Parts: sequence; C-alpha cells; structure tokens
Amino acid sequence: MRKLIAALIAGLLLSLAAHAGEAQPVGDPAIEARVNKLAEDLRCLTCMGQSIADSHSDFSTDMRREIRDMLTQGKSDQDVMDFMVQRYGDFVLYKPPVKSSTWLLWGGPFVLLIVGLAVLVAKLRKRDKQIPAAELTSQEHDAAAKLLAGNDQPNETKP
Amino acid sequence: MRRFLLPLGIFLVLVVFLAIGLRLNPREVPSPLIGKPVPAFKLAQLQAPAKTISPDDFKGKVWMLNVWASWCVSCREEHPVLVELAKQGGVNIVGLNYKDERSDAIRWLAQHGGDPYAPSAYDADGRVGIDFGVYGVPETFIIDKAGIIRHKHIGPVTPDALQKKILPLMKELERA
Amino acid sequence: MTPELGHFALILALAVSLVQGIASLVGGIRQDPRLMSIARPATVAQAGLITIAFGCLTAAFAQDDFSVLYVAQHSNSLLPMFYKVSAVWGGHEGSMLLWVFLLALWGLAVAAFSRRLPQATVANVLGVMGLVSVGFLLFLLLTSNPFERLLPAPADGRDLNPLLQDPGMAIHPPMLYMGYVGFAVAFAFAISALISGRLDAAWARWSRPWTTVAWLFLTLGIALGSWWAYYELGWGGWWFWDPVENASFMPWLIGTALIHSLAVTEKRGSFKNWTVLLAIMAFSLSLLGTFLVRSGVLTSVHAFATDPERGVFVLAFLVLVIGASLVLYAWRAPSVGLGGRFELLSRETLLLVNNVLLAVAAAAVLLGTLYPLLLDAVSGNKISVGAPYFDAVFFPLMIPVVVLMGIGPFARWKQARLIDFWPRLAWAVIAAVVLAVVVPFVLGGFRPLVALGLLLGFWALFSSAAHILGRLKERGGDASFGQRLAAIPRATWGMVLAHVGIGVFIFGVTLVKGYETAADVKMGPGDTTTAGGYSFKFISIENVRGPNYTAARAKMEVSRDGKLLTVMEPEKRMYVVQRMPMTEAAIDSGLFRDLYVSMGEPVDDSTWIVRVQHKPLVNWIWGGCVLMALGGLLAASDRRYRLKNREATAPTTSAGATATV
Repeated sequence: MRKLIAALIAGLLLSLAAHAGEAQPVGDPAIEARVNKLAEDLRCLTCMGQSIADSHSDFSTDMRREIRDMLTQGKSDQDVMDFMVQRYGDFVLYKPPVKSSTWLLWGGPFVLLIVGLAVLVAKLRKRDKQIPAAELTSQEHDAAAKLLAGNDQPNETKP
Repeated sequence: MRRFLLPLGIFLVLVVFLAIGLRLNPREVPSPLIGKPVPAFKLAQLQAPAKTISPDDFKGKVWMLNVWASWCVSCREEHPVLVELAKQGGVNIVGLNYKDERSDAIRWLAQHGGDPYAPSAYDADGRVGIDFGVYGVPETFIIDKAGIIRHKHIGPVTPDALQKKILPLMKELERA
Repeated sequence: MTPELGHFALILALAVSLVQGIASLVGGIRQDPRLMSIARPATVAQAGLITIAFGCLTAAFAQDDFSVLYVAQHSNSLLPMFYKVSAVWGGHEGSMLLWVFLLALWGLAVAAFSRRLPQATVANVLGVMGLVSVGFLLFLLLTSNPFERLLPAPADGRDLNPLLQDPGMAIHPPMLYMGYVGFAVAFAFAISALISGRLDAAWARWSRPWTTVAWLFLTLGIALGSWWAYYELGWGGWWFWDPVENASFMPWLIGTALIHSLAVTEKRGSFKNWTVLLAIMAFSLSLLGTFLVRSGVLTSVHAFATDPERGVFVLAFLVLVIGASLVLYAWRAPSVGLGGRFELLSRETLLLVNNVLLAVAAAAVLLGTLYPLLLDAVSGNKISVGAPYFDAVFFPLMIPVVVLMGIGPFARWKQARLIDFWPRLAWAVIAAVVLAVVVPFVLGGFRPLVALGLLLGFWALFSSAAHILGRLKERGGDASFGQRLAAIPRATWGMVLAHVGIGVFIFGVTLVKGYETAADVKMGPGDTTTAGGYSFKFISIENVRGPNYTAARAKMEVSRDGKLLTVMEPEKRMYVVQRMPMTEAAIDSGLFRDLYVSMGEPVDDSTWIVRVQHKPLVNWIWGGCVLMALGGLLAASDRRYRLKNREATAPTTSAGATATV
C-alpha cells in the first residue's frame, strides 16, 4: 500500500514538474518595459487617436516589433523616436516636440497662469480703492449689538 | 466697455479656426520623406522570386512606386486605373506588395485585370513599407531621376489625381 | 407607424419650444403676465412630446424594427434586450435625441421647483431653455433624424458596436448628458439675470443648487466613462486625454470654478461679472464638446460618425448662442455693481485664486486639444498632442488648487487672519508631510512624485478633518457631541465630503501610477506567473458561445501565500455580426487593489499571451469621484435652498421672540 502511495506521489510530482512551469515572459522583460514606455508616446496612425501601446491594430503590432528589434540591437530610446519621426513626421509623437511652432502650446498655459494671477491682483487692488470702506454709525453698532445679544432662538444658520 | 468685449473677441477667433477645421482632414499625414532620397532596399520580386529589385535599378529614370496588397479593399478601386496606365506605356510603375501572401497576391492580380507593375517587389513583413512611412494601403510615391521622392499620394490613385497631379509631375521630372 | 409618431412628436415639440422660447422671453422682458404664464405649461408640453418621441425610438429598438435606418445601423436581433435599449443612444442621432430629452426634463424640473421665484425670472429661464431646445430640435430634424426609414428594410441590423455592449455604456451617456445639459440651467439663469439687469446675490443663490446638481452628474458621468474604458478596453488604462474625454473635462473644470464663484457672489455680492462669464463658459464648453465630437474636426476613438455638414450646423448654433450671450454680457457688465469689499488675504481672494487656476487648467486642456487643428490651419503641419503634454501641464496646476482647498474653508470672509489657519491646521500639515515621506519608504523606497501625491492626498483628508473638528469646537458650550455634529449645516458636510473625495481620488491615482505592476507572459495550461504578490495559474482554455459572439475563455486560478483566492476567466471574443475581436478582461475588484487579467494573442492552440496586472487602490479613483458627487448632493440639498417651509414658521418664531425677550 505504501509503495503504491509513494509511486502515485512520485508520479504526481513528476507530472506537475512537467506541466507547471513559470510562464515565460514575452521576450526580455527589460526590453519589453522599454518597448511599452516608448509605445505609449507614439501614435497609432491607423487608429482614431490611440497610442501603439493601447492599440491592437496590425500597424501597431508592426511598430512594436520594429521598436523591439531596434532596442535589442542596442539602439537608444532617442534613436527609436528619431527613426519614427524620420518616416512619419512629428505627427507620430504623442509628446509634441518643442519647436518654434509649438512655443505657444508649451508656453501658453504658464503664460496664461502668470497673466491670470497678475490680472487678479491688479483688479483686487483697483477694486479696493473703488469701494469705500463702510463705516457703521454708532446707532447701527447698537442695533447690531442688540440683535446679537437677544438672539437665543434655535435658528438656521444665516448665509 | 471695451474689455468686456474680449471674451466675444476670443470666441470669434476660435470659431474661425473651427470653421477652417471643418475643411481639413485630421487623419491625413503628410510625408516627411518628400525631398529626401528614396529609402534603399533589396527585395525579391513578386512574380520571379529568384530575381531581386532595388531603387538603384531605376537610377536615371522617373518612376512610380505603388504600395498594394490583395487584402486591401481600396486597391481594387485603383487597380484598373494602373492597368490602363501600364497599357498606355511611358510610365515606370513599380509595385510594392505589402505584407501579403505571394500566392494570394499573384492570384489577385490575375483576378483583377492583370499585372501593371514592372515589376512588383515582395515586402512580406512590411519592413520596407515602414522605411517609406507607409501606414495605410494603397499609397503611391513619385521618384525622380536622382532617386529623390517628390510626391506621395495617399489612398487609391484616381483618374483625377493622375491627370491633375501625378502625370504632369512625372512629365516635368522627365524633362529635368 | 410608431417612428412616424415619434417624428411628428419632435416636430410638434419644435413648435412648442419656439412658443416657449419667444413668448416667455418677451413676457419676461416686458413683464407681461399673460405671456409669462405660457412658460410653465409650454415646458410641460414640450417635455411630454419629447418623451413620446424618445419612447417611440426605444420601441423601435425593442421591436427590432429594422425599417428604421438608425435601428438597422445600431442594433441586431441577437442583441440582448438591455443593449437594445441602451443602443437608443449608441449613435449620433439617438444621442442627440437623448440630449433634447434630458434638456426637456431639466426644464420640467425648473418649472416644478421654482414656485418661489419671481415670475419674470422663471419666464426668462424657461424661455432661454426653450430657445436652446429649438436649436437642438432643428439640428435633429434637419440633419440627424433618428426616425429616417430604410426601405426595403434589411433582414437584420448591423449590431451595436461591441465596445458599447456593456452595462457601463448604458449609464455613462445619460449621466454625462445630465451634466452637460444641466449647465444649460445655470446658463439660463445667467442670461435671465443679464436680460433683466438684476445681477444680484439672489440670482447667485437660486443658481447654486442647479449648478451643483449638474456638476455632480457630470462628475459621475466622467467617472463612469473612465471606469468603463478601464473595464472594457482591456489594457487597464483609465484616462487618455482623448479629445472627447477633454470635451467633458473642460466643462467640469469650469463648472467647479463656477460652484466656488457662486459662493462668493451669493455671500458677498462680489465678482458677479466673472460668475456670469463662468456660467456662460460652462455651457459653451458643453456645446463646444458637442461640436468637436460630431463634426470630424478632431479624431477620436469616441467620435461619432463624422459629417462636416452637421459640423457646420452645430458651429452656426454655437456662434448664435454663445455669441449672443457674450454680446449681452458685454452690454450689461459695465453697469454691474462691485459688491462687498475684501482684503487681499480673505476667503474671497482664495476662492478667486482657485478660479484662476481652474480656468487656466481648462484653457490648457482646450489649447492642447485644439492645437493640432490650429497648427494645421495656419501652417499645414501636423502634430499630435497626447497624454505626455497634458500630464506635464495639468498636474502642476492642480497642486496649488489642492493646497488652497485645505486652507480656504478656514479663511474668513472679507478679512482672513493667519491665526485662523495655523493653530487648526498645524497638525494636518505636519502629519501629511511625515506620512508622505514615510509611506513610500514602507512601500519600497522613496519616490518624489509618489511622495508629492501622498502629501496632497493626506493634506486633503486632514485639512477637511481639521475643518470639522474646528466647527465642532466652535459650537462649544453645553451642547452634546451629537447636537454639535447635527448643527453643522449640510452644505458644510457637502463641501467636506467633496474635498475628501478629491483626497481619495489623489490617493488612487498616486498609488496606481506609482506602484502598479504588470507581467506580459506566454501561458499554457499549468503555467504560473506573479504580480503584486499574487500568483496566477493558467488552468485551461475553452471555446464558448455568447448570445451574439464566440469566445476563447481562459481559466486562471489566483492565490496568495499558497491559498487559493479566486478564479478569473478572461475572454477573447469575436462578435459575429461586426467581425470585431474584443478583449474581455477579468477583473477581481477589491477595496485596496484590482487584479486585472487580459488575453493578448494566441501563440498556438493552448498557449496565449496574457497580461496580468496588479493595480493598488485603483478603485479609489472612481470612489473619490463618487464621494465628490455625494458631497455635491448634500450641498445642493441643504435646507437653505428649500424655501417651502419658511413662511409657515415665521409667525411662530417672532411670537416666540417677543415672549422670551
């Protein structure tokens, strides 16, 4: 009986060893990570606004293959981007290049922030001068004091 | 009063751009290869696998490279146009069979009116296509005698495009 | 017959809304009671007619009436009934009908809940909404008729896009449109105030609950869209800065600014011009979004079938509505009073800085979204502006917003003093900084961006807690804890909850972006892989049939520390009618993490490329949005806005006063 059990266990272990493998990563994980990172910044040209990382299209698959090959050959990330731009133009980059034609794009928000805050401060200063400081008369002071003292009703908080 | 019109002013400028935008096609990608030398390649020919073809074969000639495939629906539209053009003669039409099965491609040519290409290169994995910046099929490139790409036509070659842009350009390049 | 009935109902609705718009506005301007009294009945009639039209289209889908072109394009006899109904808004024409339907419902709500408002105001508001409705009904009837016939009727339809065959799809557009359309109410109130020249604190007070409710729907709608993309697209992403996503985000940003600006105008009567401008901008951005998505001007996965002719119509409508409102604004603005005075350091100023930041953020998103178009128009060059740009520009702007969010509630109106902040907030600042530095170390190592995110998240939570604690202490005396808690107005709870929601959202984003792990592996039966401390074992793969698709379904066992936790079954589906492959990810959702398994391509008969992901706190992203929406709901339902009971209690209160004094 014991021998049978031992044989069964041995058989089970052997079969487990034969089947249960650690799943093989698709290619070298370090390269794959770089491929994915670059793919996120490149546009799929046959899709309606997706990166080649997100897209399942043939074009995207081909592009990822190209990137993988280039990285495996030892090319740098910049080499890959240059390769793509040479063939497809700036349109393929999801991060717009910083050129004279994109100064407005990259600089715009920052400039707008400065201008917005400056305008706000200027307006507030001007406004301060335009509105006279309201002084209460002594009668108004007394009336206010009375209201505040005599108010012990449960009341909704006034806005 | 003036500064309160600023929002309206900005809005109207925006509207002008949006109106222009209605006439533009945001999906058409201009090619950065125009004015640059044709990418080098050496591929087997589609109909004659033992022979090869490369851009050097056409040095000194004006030629047209047409990217096509049997799985491409729009290619059926332009194929009769190309066949007709080949019959008339005088134009070097070179094909780039893109990511296709050799047998499918040859059968497709037979089914759709013949082979206008002299000859077709067989780009099985599409790598040469990538060098040309191909992203959709069909696409057509016009290359001059010095091997510089002069024009890229995206989409099927229509008789209109042929008459208005492609043939005049090729004639002009011939004279140069 | 039913489609024709629906079509006819729409034509009648157009006529009624024309009457509603013109009569009400003329009546409101002239203070003519007879004309003004048309407003409410017309609104009700319009709502009824559009409901009939909507019902007819739904019936056509439910009954598989493929003689209606729209039904044939977006449905199929194999489609489950639930999706047949949601397909009503699955395409351009139906979604426009949804737009006008929701606009009519909002109009109905305004008609019902405005008994206490002056008749002229109600007439103006309903009049403006009527005119907006006219524009959309004309658009529907002239360019996008959902009831158009297709004769001879095909045997079956083209099926709903498989991407849309999902529960999230059913609720996302209605929620989103409730928000978009809801801003029309704030817009109508603003226009009404501009027309009558009565731009005052009362107008701000009336507008506030309507704006808050629209905002909360928009929050939910955007969150649903994001969650749906995560769930449905199969790769685990949840925000792409896609033009259509941006089109919904811009009104949200301006809407948030508007809610805060309305507070200033209501409480202090200040910055009325700016608030009115924001109200106009919020709705304008909703309209702009409608234009961008349907005109073909921008490419997007979400874009409807594009047609420049429709684009021209919407653009013309945009010019009319926004142009007219901005002219009205330019006319009235110079004569508007300035309101109360306040110091440079005050709650008013802090709220206004919040506004500037949010407005600049919205402008940045607009710039990035439209820049490719601008550049193409000017120079013919084509570029793409994607996530890398928006991330780089948007996040830095939000940092000061979140910082101010914690400080603002402590600032007093008119004049804030540092003594108000520091004692109450000191612990919050210190605790947030300490935790922001310590937690990354605990999780594996210091990372500056993660620390920044954690700092902002903790700050949002602790500053909100500090505010409540401060309020509780204020009401000291002998009131019990429960009484003190109950004495805090709902609006304050709403604000706190919404700000907490932002903190929760920030935690979600920070942890997911900082610590998510993924493994792209080839798996056959028996293979295992790990991600985030969980072990995934590929058991089997089988072919299954769904109602309108076939699929390869994998079985994966998930365990942790040797203990089996769950079985996940990702699928790769092929929808038979549209021949479209779809990745149906298997997601094991938890409060603190999601496990996300999706199938890529098959390597051979039994081996597939599988992507296994561990996403910590990812549900906090949408959970935070839900909290924000709940906060909005609380704030909008504060009893200050429900005026019904005031008159009833007033006499007894004064009687009580004389008795005690």
